[in-house]
Amino acid sequence: MSLTATAKAGPRRPAGTGPGPDDGRAAALRRTWRKASPYAYIAPFFTLFLAFGLFPLLYTAFVSLYRVELQTSGEMEWRGLANYTALFSDEFFWTSLRNTFTIGVLSTVPQLAMALGLAHLLNYKLRGRTFIRTAILLPYATSVAAATLVFAQLFGRDFGLINYVIGLVGFDPVDWQTGTVASQIAVSTIVIWRWTGYNALIYLAGMQSIPHELYEAAEMDGASRWRQFIHVTLPGLRPTIIFTVIISTIGATQLFGEPLLFEGSISGGISHQYQTLGLYMYEQGWGFFHLGRAAAIAWVMFVLIVVIVGVNALIVRRRTRKEAGR
Amino acid sequence: MTALAAPPTAPGKDGPPQTPPPGRRLRKRGAGRTMKGGWLSYVILGFALLISAFPFYWTIVAASRSNADMAQVPPSLLPGPNLIKNFEQVLEEADIGKALLNSLIVSSSITLGTVLCCTLAGFAFAKLKFKGRGALLTLTIGTMMIPPQLGVIPLFMLIAELQWVNQLQAVILPGLVSAFGVFFMRQYLVQSLPDELIEAARVDGASTARIFWSIVIPIARPGMAVLGMLTFMTAWNDFFWPIIALSSQEPTVQVALRQLGGGYVNDQSVIMAGTLLGTLPVLLVFGLLGRQIVGGIMQGAVKG
Repeated sequence: MSLTATAKAGPRRPAGTGPGPDDGRAAALRRTWRKASPYAYIAPFFTLFLAFGLFPLLYTAFVSLYRVELQTSGEMEWRGLANYTALFSDEFFWTSLRNTFTIGVLSTVPQLAMALGLAHLLNYKLRGRTFIRTAILLPYATSVAAATLVFAQLFGRDFGLINYVIGLVGFDPVDWQTGTVASQIAVSTIVIWRWTGYNALIYLAGMQSIPHELYEAAEMDGASRWRQFIHVTLPGLRPTIIFTVIISTIGATQLFGEPLLFEGSISGGISHQYQTLGLYMYEQGWGFFHLGRAAAIAWVMFVLIVVIVGVNALIVRRRTRKEAGR
Repeated sequence: MTALAAPPTAPGKDGPPQTPPPGRRLRKRGAGRTMKGGWLSYVILGFALLISAFPFYWTIVAASRSNADMAQVPPSLLPGPNLIKNFEQVLEEADIGKALLNSLIVSSSITLGTVLCCTLAGFAFAKLKFKGRGALLTLTIGTMMIPPQLGVIPLFMLIAELQWVNQLQAVILPGLVSAFGVFFMRQYLVQSLPDELIEAARVDGASTARIFWSIVIPIARPGMAVLGMLTFMTAWNDFFWPIIALSSQEPTVQVALRQLGGGYVNDQSVIMAGTLLGTLPVLLVFGLLGRQIVGGIMQGAVKG
């Protein structure tokens, strides 16, 4: 019997060779299992992924065309695009869209700029390097809820530490909760505090994969440290920068916990002055029970993310290309 | 063009294992720059550390004082005597004890399940040949960039349909879906699991299951540990989905913190005591394994 021989043919068996005439049943079975068994390995993940990942994502667009109320989420009533028209005629939608954009810029730009600077410093030979890296990542390990509660107190109008420090320098206290610009700066500060260290480490990882010879060559050509940074580090970091810009943009569009807990209201301040799209969606869905409307907002957010990420990536690509080409 | 951080490789194309598995040392020799930092670097970094750490210090200060102390000008910057009292009060008023237990159950289950599912799938994507491998991997990676918030409404309808609202499985099961985890484990195994090893085992007549158990798991362990830590932290800190799926009767720590901050308790120092309790477990994990977490984030960054 050549049974064992065929079984041993294993995975390297060229495709298209059917079972030989003297193949036993056991070998055929084993071969079928060889072909099918990889699917058993991905099955646990994909079952969950389809049910709780992919299906909800796709179904959102469908739900956004219906009237669905939270209390009776099993009943759906066709509304066509009415959810969207209602959305676009709601002034608070436009407010939250504007807020999302300003808070996004206010938090992302300084965050990434500072992260780049920090990464540059962390890349030097330093004493206690591991300690510094770990400590700088601490804010990332704190939850949105904890960080926001702490900062809400630091930003307190009457007894907050930040106003006290500002007072020492000689400025009037700022009303961080009610002022539009002030509250947006305060919310952005929480985001910056939590994410700068994380991004710095990502940049650092990118910097460490830039070949040493490039710096040596630049040194030979008499490039100053600053010029080395511009001409070697930045071009080398391009994919990493694009990556962080995309991640941060998505994060900024999703902002939810910080504005919700800054004062604990779902309207994002007394006149919605720092209500973001994420919070607006939550207010519509779980404050006013309009799940269909909330799904429409989610869908708008998705389109927004795709557009902003595309534009961002283009800008970064062109900027770094220009700098590299100089 | 310079040699860059490897962008995500095209799915379905496994390069040969080029680098040895990342060990304890993060720094690759001959890459990056090794200049000595001047005193100014220390000053700036010291300042950054101060800003990173100060909110933690201030939380301890605030949690150990009384509400009256918190309403003083100038604010006190030294810890006070009230820490235990505030802890007792927050345990009583906000049920933080139950919340901590729930968070522990949820985060541990999510961590175990995720690491298992992702190692299995990552292994299949890295080392097994099957029809549709490229397409399925692309699909998985494609959803990595889509925030889970966007599917939250149908997900809630699904949970409501199953009558899981307010039950821990409503948070655990969706939490197991980690496209990042699959991608991470796949990259890890592509790099650190030599094909020859699997071939040799096959020649010896080992089944795939046997190979997975005796060869893949031992080699994948460091990667699994890193993924586990990151997953635990993310699960512990997750906020958006738990406050939708759970309520005050069955809270996780983050849900309880939301109630604390939602005007439910007016005593500032009690709120800070709750915040401190909710953050301590993660800080402990971080204190013990911070180095590995830093390594994990940096590895993930270079590869993805």
